Order: sequence, then structure tokens, then C-alpha cells
Amino acid sequence: MNARGLIFDVQRFSVHDGPGLRTTVFFKGCPLRCAWCHNPESQVATPEVMWSEGRCIRCGACREACPTGAIAGEGIPCAACGSCAEACPTGAREMVGREMTVAEVVGEVQRDRVFYEESRGGVTFSGGEPLAQPDFLLACLDACRREGLHTALDTCGYAPAEVLLSAARLSDLILFDVKVMDSALHERFTGGPNEMIMENLRALSEVHPNLWLRIPVVAGVNDDVANMAAVAALAAALPAVRRVNLLPYHDLGSEKALRLGRPRSAFAPHALSGDTLARLADPFERAGLAVQIGG
Amino acid sequence: MNERTARLRQESLDAQPALSEERALLVTKFYKAHEGKHSVPVMRASCFRYLCEHKPIWLGEGELIVGERGPAPKRVPTYPELTCHTLEDLRILNSREKTRYLVDPACMDAYEKVVIPYWKGRSMRDRLFAELPGAWHEAYGAGIFTEFMEQRAPGHTVLDGKIYSRGLLDFKADIAASLAALDFVRDPEAYDRREELRAMHIACDAVILFAKRHADLAESMAGREGVAKRRGELLKIAEVCRHVPAHAPRDFHEALQSYWFCHLAVITELNGWDAFSPGHLDHHLLPFYRRGLEGGSLTEEGARELLEAFFVKFNNHTAPPKVGVTAAESGTYTDFANINLGGLLRDGSDGSNEVSRLLLEVVDEMHLLQPSSNVQISRKTPDAFLKHALRVVRKGYGFPSIFNADAVVEEQLRQGKSIEDAREGGCSGCVEVGAFGKEAYILTGYFNLPKILELALHDGADPLTGRQLGPHTGKPDAFASFEALFAAFSAQLAHFVEIKIAGNMLVERMYAALMPAPFLSVLTDDCIGKGRDYNVGGARYNNTFIQFVGIGTITDCLSALKRSVWEDGLLPLPEFVAALDGNFEGSEPLRQRLVNKTPKYGNDDDFADGLMVRVFEEIFSRVDGRPNGKGGHFRVEMLPTTCHVYFGSKTGATPDGRRAGLPLSEGISPVQGADRRGPTAVLRSAGKMDHVKTGGTLLNMKFTPQVLAGEEGIEALSRLVRGYFKMDGHHVQFNVVSAAALREAQAHPERHRDLIVRVAGYSDYFCDLSAALQEEIITRTEQGAPG
Repeated sequence: MNARGLIFDVQRFSVHDGPGLRTTVFFKGCPLRCAWCHNPESQVATPEVMWSEGRCIRCGACREACPTGAIAGEGIPCAACGSCAEACPTGAREMVGREMTVAEVVGEVQRDRVFYEESRGGVTFSGGEPLAQPDFLLACLDACRREGLHTALDTCGYAPAEVLLSAARLSDLILFDVKVMDSALHERFTGGPNEMIMENLRALSEVHPNLWLRIPVVAGVNDDVANMAAVAALAAALPAVRRVNLLPYHDLGSEKALRLGRPRSAFAPHALSGDTLARLADPFERAGLAVQIGG
Repeated sequence: MNERTARLRQESLDAQPALSEERALLVTKFYKAHEGKHSVPVMRASCFRYLCEHKPIWLGEGELIVGERGPAPKRVPTYPELTCHTLEDLRILNSREKTRYLVDPACMDAYEKVVIPYWKGRSMRDRLFAELPGAWHEAYGAGIFTEFMEQRAPGHTVLDGKIYSRGLLDFKADIAASLAALDFVRDPEAYDRREELRAMHIACDAVILFAKRHADLAESMAGREGVAKRRGELLKIAEVCRHVPAHAPRDFHEALQSYWFCHLAVITELNGWDAFSPGHLDHHLLPFYRRGLEGGSLTEEGARELLEAFFVKFNNHTAPPKVGVTAAESGTYTDFANINLGGLLRDGSDGSNEVSRLLLEVVDEMHLLQPSSNVQISRKTPDAFLKHALRVVRKGYGFPSIFNADAVVEEQLRQGKSIEDAREGGCSGCVEVGAFGKEAYILTGYFNLPKILELALHDGADPLTGRQLGPHTGKPDAFASFEALFAAFSAQLAHFVEIKIAGNMLVERMYAALMPAPFLSVLTDDCIGKGRDYNVGGARYNNTFIQFVGIGTITDCLSALKRSVWEDGLLPLPEFVAALDGNFEGSEPLRQRLVNKTPKYGNDDDFADGLMVRVFEEIFSRVDGRPNGKGGHFRVEMLPTTCHVYFGSKTGATPDGRRAGLPLSEGISPVQGADRRGPTAVLRSAGKMDHVKTGGTLLNMKFTPQVLAGEEGIEALSRLVRGYFKMDGHHVQFNVVSAAALREAQAHPERHRDLIVRVAGYSDYFCDLSAALQEEIITRTEQGAPG
């Protein structure tokens, strides 16, 4: 229970990360760099400082507190020590990523037990990529299981098979991302090829009975029927796949990227119409799969 | 709704509330002629009969349910025997921007020449104010507490099922039996009982007469009516009004009309706080509904039309205008009639039925200011019913509000009621619990908790006026620990609770002596059997409630003080108090830290919530169980109506970072914008209070339509409700945020920090989003698009 992990958010009242009302624990650090990532603060596996310009009152407390002079721009670069966030009275500067013990995570998750029990909900471990902190994840899953909580794992699948399978044994539900079937495209948009992901998915479906596939739908990347038909064919061949969610791209991530001080991304796909989404859902319906847009 | 209902509804919406001098003139005329001739109860009942006999009768075009308190819809009578408006009051009412009441020259003239000259110095308000001690007036003036009965009678009463199986003639027989059983030899109170019972007898005759006058009018209108269908309706109205409320109703129409006459009678006799309510209307109407459908005399559409006509009647009855502090604390046209749906039957089984569902549809179709509606949800209530109610809630009317029927029962058992009476009880007004038809549950006024802390931080003086109001409990530099400060708060609280309770005892006894309510007593068990008035302890149960306001604000204040002064050593208390006295001028970073960096109630934070529980227990231990003037006890409630705004205007800057004069937190909701961890955290925080020890708590939550979209949204909301109720939460009300409200949040982010928006499965605080994203969400909200 003393193992520590790096968490960037614990979001209660999550209604789209598995059944019922859930608490989603977001792990910080991810092996992929998806161009459309809506949680850019989840990517780097160390704490970072965010600055929300709208909340800043320009009081200068952060500048005074900064031990390296990084904020004034006249010292060594920011080491994300957190002094500025501590000094900031408004919360405009905040630390993203805090070390938590397993006991702390479980304690936090337990707070909404009454709502899980009323809704058949539970806890979802998401990220970032939870499998990137395997020992901590396994300890969290195990501890939640012992407390009788329904556990879900939300993963991109880009991890060693043995790590994925041991986590799966402690998870009641796996939310598995399938982004693009073409590996070259996958690598271009996420920074990694998808062969290992696909192998993991097949291996997982042999040992785990309860998988939901989650497909971020991004214009210009995977919004073509051929891609969706390929995913549908794969999913139809895996009896463990209970549901497919098509998740339309949204732009909230770019807001947070700005708060992290990253330059505005050139990647700006247009929004997809309801008709397009319905068309993309069609191959799944034809394959007899339960498909849902959003969620 | 059909064309007729739509027209009646629109007429009700369009009518501008206006004062009517008619009641004031009749009462004055009667008092001038009869003052001193009768015992007080007989005088009151005779005056009531005089009103029922002489007030003009209104029967509107196309109406099915008949009877108005005033001469026409939204013509509002006054009660000079309780509060006699001054000419200045009338001028303000006629000219103010919000909740205006037209006052025509004839009304002004009547007040100037007849009403004021007689009632000045005789009204309850004048007499109470003359009797209440100086310390009470000082505290009242400083905004520490209010007093409902200074201008409205003890009321807040709800009817049970008795009028649906018996008529007033049956009650008259009971009254006669009670009179016959009086023992003038051994019972020293036999004379008082006889006068009270005689008064009840007169009051019953008065209401039967009032109904008969409607029957006569309907009949004569039928004689002149050219359209056969309407002529038939008028003849039916005449038949109904000849039968009820003298006799038990025979059908659905008579059941509604019988209640409506009782309602009018109660609110004509006196101006009780929060009018009067029909209670479990769905339970009471069910036998008539089933019998009507089975016998073929009623259709679902016919029942719906009658219910809608009934709803229009409530909406026609604007609350009589308040004056002074009370107008500021509760500035609204609504008179808080509230219909209970669902809940439990006396035998403990589920009470939701087909009439509950029909009524929910009526609530949805009509969405009028009045009557208000609520659903009572017990463990036994089907989810389908809860979800049906939530689909109405989602439309954003702010009702029905949602109550925990199991907690409502448990609260009443704790007060010593029988299990059956507790189940038959429910909620009225905003959230207040009572045993319907069997209890005088008197609300006495709001109590300003943050103001008490302000006094404790200023050695008992009010910093707004410099006056020493409370005991000397130490200057800011005298508190070596948080515990020392809390002890000072506790001492100030004790002091003002004593003043409030002493005031209430006096008020209760004055009402008992001077303002009995014989007709309300007929309707309330066991007044007839005891020969005692509702205001003299005749009811089976007698509880007196004080409504505490600002638990969220005071919790955050104590949390900020404890953390900043004694744990973090951010600044010493005298400097902190100086910053408050300066309204944080020049201390913006400090204020920001208090707002953003201290633990707040509403986030499931045990540090803050622990202080909330401590304050609640402190209040409870000082109030609950203390005897009132009617053989019952004082209890606590946690609700504000709109008083958190008035109290805020009387309270300087507070340690939670709130600037002087701004509203306090309302009900048991967190401070506006302080809850940052989503709805489950709010419910968990609120659930740490022991709701069962109260007579009602009020929790408001806000959602954007996206969160509630689709059946998934309804499912999530229903699970939130069930989870909260499992923690014994008493009440929750969901408000759906409109696009206009989002615009307001965009303009004033500091007031709307708690607003969560959800887009495509991701949620964030609205105020933290970029302007462009905010625009997108506003556009989606305007379109009502699901997220």
C-alpha cells in the first residue's frame, strides 16, 4: 500500500469511463503522443506546471517564489519544483502530477462508494497510460478489488503483453483504444506503430471476457469507412468485445496545451457531423456489434 | 392542455397582482361594530363568517374549479389585524421594480381614512413590537434573525385526507359531541373550550355558506347562459358547491372543489406563513379517479382538465405582500403551496400511483409559479417514477424538488410521532417536514450564522454600526487558539438563541391569546377533541422551528481562520480582522488565497466538513428539544428561502474571502463557486450533516443541459439521488443552467466558479475554459444539443 505513482487527476462523477457512476484515476505519463490528445498534461511522466492566464491577477507572488528565476526568464529553466503553485493565491499556477500512495488512491476512490453501489459503477484507471506504471497499477487494482469495487482499465494497449495481461486479471472491464488500423498512419499520428497493440488486443480477448473498444474519431486520420470496416472486422472476430464507442474529437486539449506553455498545435481537424458519425458507425452495426457515439 | 385550459392559464399569467381593500374594509367594519362583545375565538369566527357572507364572489369565464380569495384573480386581500400596511408601504408596493403590487387610489383612500385609523396600534405587528424587549429589537435590526409572525400568522400547514371522506357537517357533529362532553364542574378550562368549539362551529357554517353562494351564482349564470355545454358545466358547478364541503365529496370534481374551498377558507381566515397545502393529493384523489374511470363518469382527459383548472387557482393566489425586513428576506409572489407526490402510505407501502404520474404531467404542462410540487422518494418508490420526475426536472423549471421519504419519516419519529402519522406526513413550503393534518409546525424566522461569527470576531460588537449587541467574548488578540475563538462563537450563538427563543415564546402566547384560527383548527387533529385552537396547542403535534442560514459560509470562514491563522501562520488574527473591516481593500492576494487555497465545504474535504458538522451540532444542542409555548418543542431547520441575500446585505466581509454585503450561502449548499470536485463530492459533504436531527434541509445543485442529456443523463441523476438519500440526505433540487446563465457566468466568473460543463464525455469548469470554447458551449446549450 506504500507504492507510489504519479497521478494527475482523480475525477469523480465520471459517467463515460465504464458502467454507472465512476471515479477515474488519471496516471501521468504515456508512451504515445497522439496528435489529438485531449489530455496533453497526461503525456510527460514528471510533474509539470500549468498556468491559466484568465485566473492570474499579476500579483507577482510566483516570480518571487521561484528559486531558479525561471519565471522571470533570467535563470535556469523551470524544474517544476512547485514553489510558484504553492505561492499563487488564485490557483492560476498549479502543479499537474502528484505522487500518491496506493492507500491514498484507494482512500480517495472509496469516497464515492455509495454512488458506485447505487449505480453499479466503480473505479476506472486511465491516463496517460496506466500500464506505464505497472507495479503501482497492479497494487491499486488489487487493493480496489479487495474493497469489492468494480475495476476498469482504460489503456492504449501499447505495453508489454505480460504487463497488460496481469493488469487484466485484476480488472472487471478493459476499455481498449483502437486508433488507426494502418500501422504507418498510426505511427505518424501517435508516434508508435500498432502491431504490438493489435497483438495485445488479440491476446487479451482470449483471457478476458469483457472488452469495450474505444475509437477516437478524428477527421483526416481515421474518419474513413474503410478504416472503420477493418476495425469492425477485427472486433467481430473477438467475442470478448461487448461494445464499441466512437469518440468524436474535441478541442479541449488545445486549451490545456496552452496552459502548459506549449505552442499551439498545427493539428486542427474539423468537427465531424452527426451524419458522418452515423456513417462511420454503420460497419459496426452491420457486424452485429453494440456501437455508441460518444461515451 | 386544451384550448380552455390554455386560455385560463394565460389569463392567470397575464394578470398583474394588485391589492384589494375589500377584506380590510369588511374586517374593520366588523371589528368596529363588535369589538368587546364576544370571546376572542367567537369574535374571530364571527368575523370570518362575516367575510364569507359579504365578500363578492368571482366565477370566471370557462372556470371549472371556482372560488377566489379576493374579488378577482390575483387581487390580493390584506390582513390589517395582523399587519396594517402604512401609506408609505402601499406606495412602495405600487412603484417598486420587482414583485410589484398595484395599489389603486380607492385602496389608498380606504387605508388612509378607514383601515389605518382603526388598526394602528391594534394590529398584531404593532402589539408584538411593543412587547418585544430592546435586545430583541437590536438583534432583529442588525440582521441576526427575522420573525415570521410579526406580519403573518402561524401557518405552514398541510391537510391530510380527512375532507375526502367526511364533510363539514360531520365535523360539526364532532364539535357538538365535544361541546356536550364539557365538564364545567371539574374542568377549569371548560369555558375556554366551549368558546373555541363554538367558534369552530361558526367557522364550519361560514364555509358552507361561502360554497352555497358560489352555487347560487353558478345557477343564476346558467339561467343566462346561451351555450348549452357551458350551461351544463355551470349547473354541475352549482351541484358540486351545494354538496361540498358540507358533505364528503362523491367524485373527482367534488374532491378538488372541496379542497379548494377549505384552502380558500384557511387563507381567508388568517394569513398563515406559507399559505396552505393539499399534501398527498395523489393519494387522496386516487379512489375518486379509479371509481370515476371504472364507472364511466370520468376520463383521463377530464381528470387532467380538472387538475389543470385546480392548478390555475393556486397560481391566481399571489402571496399577500410583506413589508420591511420580511419583504427583503422573502421577496416573491409565491405563497409556497406545495403538492407532495409519491411517498408512503400509512401502512408503509409505496404511495406512487397513476394519479401521481398524471399530476407530474400536469406539473410539466402547466409549469406555473404556483403550486410548487415535489416528489417523495422512498426505498420503495419505483425507479420509473423517480425518472419520470427527473425528466420534468430536466426541463429547467426548478421543480419538482426531490425528497427522501424515508428520512422524512425518521425525522418525525425522532420527534416522537407515531409511525403512521409520520408516513402520512411530508414536506411543505420549501422543505419543511410535518405530520399532515395533525401538526402545528410553526416556522419562526431565519437566523444568520455568519453574523454570529462576525460578532465573535469583534468582541460582541456589530462592525457595521459599532453597537455592542452581544456579550464581551474577547478581542481578536485574545484568542490564543482556534478553540478559544470557537468558544467565543459558541457563547455569542447561545446568547442570541436565547433572545430568539424568548421572543418566540412571547409571540406564540400572544397569538394564542389574540389570534386563534378556528377553521384551521377544525381541519387539524385533535383540536376538536381537545377543544383547543391550533394556535393554543390543539394539534396532536406542536413543533416550532428556527431556520438557520449560511452553514456553507460559516464553515468556510472557520476553515479559513483555523488554517490561515493557527495552522499555517499566514497572518495573526488582528490583522485578519483588520482586512475584513477594510473589506479586503488592498488585500486582494490574501482574499484570493482565502477563496482558492483553503479547504471548503462541498468538496468532500474532511477538514472543512468536520467544521460544518461541529457548527451544526452546536446549533442543534442549543435549540432542539427546548419546550415551546404549546406543549411542543423547538427544532432546527437549514433553509434560507431568499434570506441569504438579505442577511448577506447585513454582514460585512467574511473570512472565506466574501466581500461585504454579498449573499451568504443558501440552504446547506456550498458557498457559490466553492465546490470544485463535482456533484458527488457536494452530496458527500452535505451527507455528513445528520439530517435526521432536522425538520428539513435544502440543497440546490446546478447542471448544464448537456450533463442531463438523454436517458444516460436521467440514469446518472437518479443514481445521484439514490446515493444521497442512502446517506439520509433530506432534499435536493436540481436547477438546469440556461444559456443566459452561462452568459452571466462568462461576464462574472468569480460568482460561478462551480459551474461544470460537459462536452463529449469530458467535463471542466466553465469559467476555466477559453472564450472560444465558452461560446461553443453556449451555442450548444441554446440549441439544446446533447453533449
